[in-house]
Amino acid sequence: MGRFHQHDDDHGHHDLDDKGDHSGYATGTERIEVLERIFDENDRMAAANRADFDAAGVTAVNLMSSPGAGKTALLRHTLERLQGCVRVGIVEGDIETSIDADRLDGFGAAVSLINTANGFGGECHLDAPMVRSALPRLPLAELDLLIVENVGNLVCPAEFQVGEHRRAMVYAITEGEEKPLKYPVMFRSADVVLVNKIDLLPHLDFDLDAFYTNLKAVNPNVPVIETSARTGQGVEQWCDWLSNRRHG
Amino acid sequence: MHELSICRSIVDIVNRNAAGREVRAVHLQVGQLRQIVPDTLVYCWSLVNDDTPLAGSTLEVESIPAAIRCRSCAATTTISAPVLVCGSCSGTDVEIITGEEFLLTTLDLAEA
Ligand SMILES: Nc1nc2c(ncn2[C@@H]2O[C@H](COP(=O)(O)OP(=O)(O)OP(=O)(O)O)[C@@H](O)[C@H]2O)c(=O)[nH]1
Ligand SMILES: [Mg+2]
Ligand SMILES: [Zn+2]
Ligand SMILES: [Zn+2]
Repeated sequence: MGRFHQHDDDHGHHDLDDKGDHSGYATGTERIEVLERIFDENDRMAAANRADFDAAGVTAVNLMSSPGAGKTALLRHTLERLQGCVRVGIVEGDIETSIDADRLDGFGAAVSLINTANGFGGECHLDAPMVRSALPRLPLAELDLLIVENVGNLVCPAEFQVGEHRRAMVYAITEGEEKPLKYPVMFRSADVVLVNKIDLLPHLDFDLDAFYTNLKAVNPNVPVIETSARTGQGVEQWCDWLSNRRHG
Repeated sequence: MHELSICRSIVDIVNRNAAGREVRAVHLQVGQLRQIVPDTLVYCWSLVNDDTPLAGSTLEVESIPAAIRCRSCAATTTISAPVLVCGSCSGTDVEIITGEEFLLTTLDLAEA
């Protein structure tokens, strides 16, 4: 290790005069204090997005889940139900394709697709700059509600604000009861949890009570809606949740 | 995973603060409630900085334990699992006091 001295604001910093020490470096090492949050830049951009949403009177919801929990399937029901009363825009995060965006076509909603592929393969989450890049393709001023379908992933979307006012999480009962304990960050950050694929309950060894116990351990007061994109169960409540949280 | 894009954010902060000076070490604090794996971060650091001026720098990660304070009995509990329950009264009305940090604290730079 090199030799350090603390950067000290009261006294300024003084250089070590003995150039060359046991560190193997030709010059001394100076430690400077930075104290910056790694997500500062993302959070600044998220604040800018949120300011744009506020100015346009739009409520933004960040919709997150593991891959295949049912975000797009539930959104189809959501758009169908809200069509004609709530003007909805969708930002679709999809790693390579436009499949999910195409599935949401035909419900009168404005859909803006973000392909997250980059030099390292697909990005595993949406961040605030990506969502910002999708906004020019949406008529924000004519919308009431913007839903951001995040990339299916239980880990990192929760770490990145995109400018949302509220977070909704879709959990499918095919995923196992212990998921809240294994992926607490997302479960804790959710403002509502949709317990989806509830139609499959009779066919699975799923212990719903154990799941709720685990969910309460990480997020004691979160509201829960049991849903099915197969039967439409819970879609009305979910749409109420979305509408109740609109501005104004 | 997301450690790659996180490393790119760290690179931006480092380059801005180093202002062209040689960087030897980057010190981070990562709270244990974050789903950020220090070893993966260190691995990705060498990956994203291969063939860049930061190739010779090391990433030093300090892991910060998670602690909660109970709003009903005021007890402070250090937790090892993400279960937000007061260790004293088993209440769940708690606030997180440490464990959510994700900070670049200091940089070790070559003296000019
Ligand atoms: N039985 C049943 N199947 C469902 C339900 N919701 C979704 N599915 C099925 O689960 C699969 C995945 O659903 P999607 O809507 O694509 O899930 P997603 O979360 O959008 O997936 P990604 O965007 O790829 O992360 C599809 O085959 C859906 O038909 C449900 O409530 N019940
Ligand atoms: Mg989808
Ligand atoms: Zn990610
Ligand atoms: Zn207590």
